[in-house]
Amino acid sequence: MFSSFMLNSWIVATIVAATAGLVGFFVVIRGASFAAHALPLSAFPGAAAAALLGVNEIAGLVGFAALGVLGINGFSRRGRPEVATALTLVLLLGVGTLLLSQSRDDAQLVYGLLFGQVLGVSRAEIVPIAALSAAASLATLMLLRPLLLSAVSPELAQARGVAPGRIDIAFLVIMALAETIALPVVGALLVFSLMVGPASAARNLTDRPWLGLALSVGLSVVTAWLAIALAYQTNWPIGFFVGGLGALAYAVGRAVRGAKS
Amino acid sequence: MDGNATLPALAVERLSVALSGRTILDHVGFSLAPGSFCGLIGANGSGKTTLLRSILGLVTPSGGTIRCAGGKPGQAIGYVPQKIQFDPFMPLRARDVVGLGLDGHRFGIPLPNAARRARVAAMLAAVDAERFADQRVGDLSGGQQQRVMIAHALIRAPKLLLLDEPLANLDLRSIAEVVGLLHRLTEKQGITVLLSAHDMNPLLPVMDQIVYLAHGRAVSGTVADVVRGGVLSQLYGYHIDVIRVHGRVLVVAAGGVEAQDGSLLCDPVHVAPIP
Ligand SMILES: Nc1ncnc2c1ncn2[C@@H]1O[C@H](COP(=O)(O)OP(=O)(O)OP(=O)(O)O)[C@@H](O)[C@H]1O
Ligand SMILES: [Mg+2]
Repeated sequence: MFSSFMLNSWIVATIVAATAGLVGFFVVIRGASFAAHALPLSAFPGAAAAALLGVNEIAGLVGFAALGVLGINGFSRRGRPEVATALTLVLLLGVGTLLLSQSRDDAQLVYGLLFGQVLGVSRAEIVPIAALSAAASLATLMLLRPLLLSAVSPELAQARGVAPGRIDIAFLVIMALAETIALPVVGALLVFSLMVGPASAARNLTDRPWLGLALSVGLSVVTAWLAIALAYQTNWPIGFFVGGLGALAYAVGRAVRGAKS
Repeated sequence: MDGNATLPALAVERLSVALSGRTILDHVGFSLAPGSFCGLIGANGSGKTTLLRSILGLVTPSGGTIRCAGGKPGQAIGYVPQKIQFDPFMPLRARDVVGLGLDGHRFGIPLPNAARRARVAAMLAAVDAERFADQRVGDLSGGQQQRVMIAHALIRAPKLLLLDEPLANLDLRSIAEVVGLLHRLTEKQGITVLLSAHDMNPLLPVMDQIVYLAHGRAVSGTVADVVRGGVLSQLYGYHIDVIRVHGRVLVVAAGGVEAQDGSLLCDPVHVAPIP
């Protein structure tokens, strides 16, 4: 389980989980869970598009995630954000189904993208994942206070000279980045649970925002490690363990908060 | 009112604002002396929020000028928006909300800082919020949250404090506490307060000045000058009676008002029952 073959998996999972925990904290407190759920599903056909075009998989995912961001943001101007998100999801998923049906070895590809494939990551794959993770994390760390303030109230942020619309777009981009890199590892269906599970637990464990953020990162990394170990032992898909552990963490968090009050 | 030599803390002249092609404010003018307590009174939809947002520079006027002593709005004006709903699921203490008032707009990682901590603590003490400073703000009562918001707005030591309906949804006791707190701020620290409300009664004991909004226009002056049947009738454009009873003021539209003016008749403030 700690062989050199697996070493890359551990490294990638740690990077991806730390980023997911950091970004996921703001997904949860900003109430952006639906977009966090929709973005990876919109992005995963990008891998099929990349396969058809013969380009890098991550590039395809990033391209489709960018379309998702543009869609959600563009449609939001004229309506409610959740409607914009749903519309974008439906459009991209439609295109994606078509693309996937065109690719030759689609069953294997779709399975990997939906449920994740952490075991057997190559060294070459680490570099782009690490670079994109660093970009998403750095952007989040720069924006910590404006992200928190505009989550408390867009009106308050505006009065402080922070344009809530710009923060929303910036966060959408950050979220898309973080999810895109997590997608091949955890799977499109369960990226969301790595983002939301540990963060939801963390917000129940403390009343301090920055401690909550740190707990979210910590829980997310532990979740990913446990999930890899269990997936390795059982040969079950890693996504199953990520989802299950996320739900478990959430339940524990609720119980702790319930016990406190 | 003191010194005629001192500049007003806020001077609004012939301010007009149109939103989506509709005129919301129409040549509104008034000025506030430094350290005064002013009530901005008007029914729902009369433009109170729009006026406050214009002063903050969040709404672009179609005409007129707004001058505020002490420079840029972000620095010199504290603002408590209408109806902030704190999420009880957000890990955020009252103390953190006050801290965000100081540096919530800043980029980068917030590092522990003793001076900042002391300033937040002093502000919490000033609004008498130390008891619940470490509780989750979403779990606090409405009156406690208002105090936290006032501390958030005051921590950058603005000269002018704008509050949008801070008394809505508070019980009588909390109202008296918040009004008393704001009054002390005007007296002790010379902060100018402009507070919007649809009911002027809780403010009567402390108000130096009133700005009364209706149909996009405003009259201002002392309560005794403005809250009179003749003045308000002219503002509304139909007959208004002002009744003073048991120390309360009731503004009542006379019978025979046309259906289009139902908004006035139906507004509970204007037909407020005597408690
Ligand atoms: N963005 C907007 N576009 C068009 N009309 C607007 C907009 N915002 C507000 N209005 C209109 O401007 C008028 C004044 O609104 P405003 O919110 O300033 O009133 P208010 O006095 O604060 O009311 P309330 O007591 O309900 O808070 C209302 O008729 C409202 O419908
Ligand atoms: Mg209003």
